[in-house]
Amino acid sequence: MEIKRIAKCGTFESNDIYVIVEPNSDGGVEINLESIVMKQFGEQIKKTIDETVKSFGIKSIKITAKDRGALDYTIKSRVETAIKRAL
Amino acid sequence: MKLRRSMLFIPGNNPGMIQNAGVLGADSIILDLEDAVAVTEKDSARILVRNAIKTLDFYNSEIVVRINPLSTDFGFEDIKEIAKVKPHALLIPKATEEDIKACDDILKRIEEYERFENNHIKLFPLIETAYGLENVYNIIKASDRVEGVLLGAEDLTADLGIKRTREGEEIFYARCKVASACRAFRVDAIDTPFTDLNDYDGFVEDIKKAKSIGMTGKAAINPRQIDTIHDVFAPSKEEIEYAKRVMKAQEDAKREGKGVFSLDGKMVDAPIIQRADTILEKAKLSGLL
Repeated sequence: MEIKRIAKCGTFESNDIYVIVEPNSDGGVEINLESIVMKQFGEQIKKTIDETVKSFGIKSIKITAKDRGALDYTIKSRVETAIKRAL
Repeated sequence: MKLRRSMLFIPGNNPGMIQNAGVLGADSIILDLEDAVAVTEKDSARILVRNAIKTLDFYNSEIVVRINPLSTDFGFEDIKEIAKVKPHALLIPKATEEDIKACDDILKRIEEYERFENNHIKLFPLIETAYGLENVYNIIKASDRVEGVLLGAEDLTADLGIKRTREGEEIFYARCKVASACRAFRVDAIDTPFTDLNDYDGFVEDIKKAKSIGMTGKAAINPRQIDTIHDVFAPSKEEIEYAKRVMKAQEDAKREGKGVFSLDGKMVDAPIIQRADTILEKAKLSGLL
């Protein structure tokens, strides 16, 4: 699957995550994350985003995410919706 | 008997509220994909609710999802996405007999494909149009999946072109009609929510009125309404004591070979025994026995 356009999903409210996906001209999966729990869970959140991207078979994507303490189910949901909107 | 005194609406696109819903103590949680979600966010709410049901623990609350009306582009998409994660039930807005049959058909196919047991996913028609109200009997009869009916008075009164009031006299007929049809099929009759959160006395009166007509539960739009709903729908101490005495008197009469007997000078027959039995069962489920 290919990311064709910029798409967004989520909010800046607590327990949510705001995700922007866009085509990556350099290729590969690039994740830029900002989180209120960066120190404790930054790596885990990036891993969840990466796994969700891979489950769609996407090889080239740029993701910018601003996390407000979202649980895994919210991270997966927001990334999935943003990707589907960008296809 | 499943205790369904309170059904709490939770907006389907709010992760914080969804993940905390299970600790609020409602008998049922309604994850709302309809009115609480903006048209531009229907897709994100549907995915969020699907993943929430798959992942989160809602403890003792049953999970019901209010889908969008089948007359919109979103209704069938909601069913296809949500049924896969096996919610307890779907709430069908502006329900008609045709809608319930259509839902039944599509759920049958999904259950077969996913290898769920037949009729696992139940239905709650939302009666909120004059057409739906006048057809409520046939709507319940349209599928074995129907476990209860929810009366939506805001949309109903809008459809009737009448004003919604604090006293609710304008929905007396609707409450009676829904309660009676539900009782005919032994399914739950869930009353419309009370929307003024600052009017506690009006809220209590409203629940009592609904209960006295035969509604068996009430929808809630705020967690702080749950305890009050449970208190009003719980059998009173006097009702429980009387029910116990009826059951005891029945045992005594049986031993003595009597068919009909009297208690406190009043004849006790089958309907009174049945009511006493229901009260004791409700009391047990409510933790009062």
